[in-house]
Amino acid sequence: MSDWAIRVERLGKQYRIGTLNSQRYQTLRDAITGVFDRSARSAVSGRIWALKDVSFEVRQGQVLGIIGRNGAGKSTLLKILSRVTQPTEGFGEIRGRVGSLLEVGTGFHPELTGRENIYLNGAILGMKRREIERKFDEIVEFAEVGAFIDTPVKRYSSGMYLRLAFAVAAHLEPEILVVDEVLAVGDAEFQRKCLGKMSDVAQEGRTVLFVSHNMSAILRLTQEALVIEKGRLKLRAPTAEAVDYYLSQGYSQEGQRTWDADEIPPEAAPFRPRAVRVLSAEGRVTDTVRSTEPFHIEVEYALDAPITGLRVGIYLMSMRGEYIFTSFDTDDPQRFERYPVRQPGVYVSRCTVPADWLNEGRYAVGINASSFRVRRYFQDDQALSFMVDATGAPGTQWTEARLGPLRPRLDWKIEVKA
Amino acid sequence: MTTVKNPSYPITYLRPASGWMPLDLAALWEYRELIYFLTWRDIRVRYKQALLGVGWAILQPVFHMVLFTVIFGRLAGLKPDAGIPEQLYPIFSFAALLPMQLFQQALQRSSISLVQNANLLTKIYFPRLIIPLSAVGAALVDFFFAMLVLGGLMVAYQVPVTPRLLWLIPLTLLAVLAALAIGLWLSALNVQYRDVQHMIPFLIQAWMYASPVAYSIDVIPQSGIWRWVYALNPMAGVIQGYRWALLDATPPAGFLWVSVAVVAVLLISGLYYFRAMERTFADMV
Repeated sequence: MSDWAIRVERLGKQYRIGTLNSQRYQTLRDAITGVFDRSARSAVSGRIWALKDVSFEVRQGQVLGIIGRNGAGKSTLLKILSRVTQPTEGFGEIRGRVGSLLEVGTGFHPELTGRENIYLNGAILGMKRREIERKFDEIVEFAEVGAFIDTPVKRYSSGMYLRLAFAVAAHLEPEILVVDEVLAVGDAEFQRKCLGKMSDVAQEGRTVLFVSHNMSAILRLTQEALVIEKGRLKLRAPTAEAVDYYLSQGYSQEGQRTWDADEIPPEAAPFRPRAVRVLSAEGRVTDTVRSTEPFHIEVEYALDAPITGLRVGIYLMSMRGEYIFTSFDTDDPQRFERYPVRQPGVYVSRCTVPADWLNEGRYAVGINASSFRVRRYFQDDQALSFMVDATGAPGTQWTEARLGPLRPRLDWKIEVKA
Repeated sequence: MTTVKNPSYPITYLRPASGWMPLDLAALWEYRELIYFLTWRDIRVRYKQALLGVGWAILQPVFHMVLFTVIFGRLAGLKPDAGIPEQLYPIFSFAALLPMQLFQQALQRSSISLVQNANLLTKIYFPRLIIPLSAVGAALVDFFFAMLVLGGLMVAYQVPVTPRLLWLIPLTLLAVLAALAIGLWLSALNVQYRDVQHMIPFLIQAWMYASPVAYSIDVIPQSGIWRWVYALNPMAGVIQGYRWALLDATPPAGFLWVSVAVVAVLLISGLYYFRAMERTFADMV
């Protein structure tokens, strides 16, 4: 077949550790002393493979998702494909112009007006001046910045700034579009708009590589996805399968997740998470609960100093990252008043999830500790996952899979009207 | 070898590169509008929120000329070239300041340009040469404004307009190419060694003293080895050429050919060094 748009073979990219961590550049002195000092030299020559042995092909007109954790090598791959950096080994071929949206707003200058930035950014992204002129009105309309188009963008709200930046990039017309995490920012309305634009692009038959942490966006926009793990291509599969594989990695599956001291970000202080657990009705830590029985989710944490207005809570999410509910330990107003200030100590906040409520499947638990409108101490959206077993749940006499995250036992009545 | 289904789609090859790279002027031409836009950005940004705006491009060389005239012309009593009346010292110094400032600005801007635009280098592909080129372009725009002052001075001091003035064009080009040549070397070095940008203010100052700006070239011994060592500084030839074209000073003559040769060597080596280092910019900057 020769209808590929991208073809890479055994692509690899090696970085010197020295160029990756905080010591980003050497000084001349280091280089000079390094020549004489063997230990300094070997320290500099530590190397890691950010990408190794990656081979794949993308058909023309295909929308391919790329998923992987932070630091897995996704960005390195996109940088190679968009020619920002060169591979250390391997080989690739690209058919057509590549437009990259590696970060929206690259090249925006705060002192310039919206209008000026559209031209500048367009040129940086590889548009011709005539092309920008032709699309100018469309871009302004998409960005919804109409009246402020001649105002310096430093006076824009962050939402306006983002909309404008995305609008310029979205109106590029390359044969291959590389998109990295543009949806990580912006409000829900803006995200929906971006996704809409992305699927338009896909329907026009252009090839799109789409990287995101937003699994529902990946599922919606792509049929097939690559999973990259530690610089290697782990899996290429239909998106649903790839997402499931990705999500099942890295979650603790013992019904309990604990935090070591070095896993807690310093900003969390004085809040220190210790563990989050899923407990069966009898109080045993478990990975699998029965949908027909109530179960508990508890968060154990320590406070090193008193916190005013603290609330500790959980998110329950589907494995695709859609929220099912959010609940805090002081949601009840009376309890909130009873704990105006939580004193130092070790606490457990435990809730009970009622029986006959969740559908079968795997769920993710995230935790959040914050004082409303004051500070968020700690948040982990992927703290833990657990299984719900639906044996004996309503409707299990039929072996079909039930849609939706809930499986309530509703009170049905059947009346004979005539 | 490859069958191209749609021949209008160019094929790009990604592979590790090593050694010397061709210049690839075609890619540069493809992106010529970007040079324009980046130059335009530098100019816009520099004079935004400044009351006098582009007026500064005119005022700066004028201030320098006044300072030079008072300090070097009056207090230190430096003389223009033999045969030029002393009261012409202002235009005598301005004729040197004009190309010198162009050179200094272009050199300084292009040397730090890659590091300044690190966010572009790490995110988007385009021929990297565009960045130092547009930095030099911005310095050139300032130069054109300063030229207006020269016009004014020529009227004020009744400097005759002769066909010889056309020589200013190639002389200016030589100054620009000299700045670009060194800018290419330094900007690429600066990506790896930030020491370069600490060195630049000193370098451009030293360069001015090594050029006949405040003083006349007559102070350099007429013959012998020192004259030729001095000629290795391409700005010496450019400045003497300016003074010759404007004020009928001593012609630079053979001097200028040394300058041209030096610039050619620096420029060609600078271009190839830049291209060779280019592939590591995104990883190193």
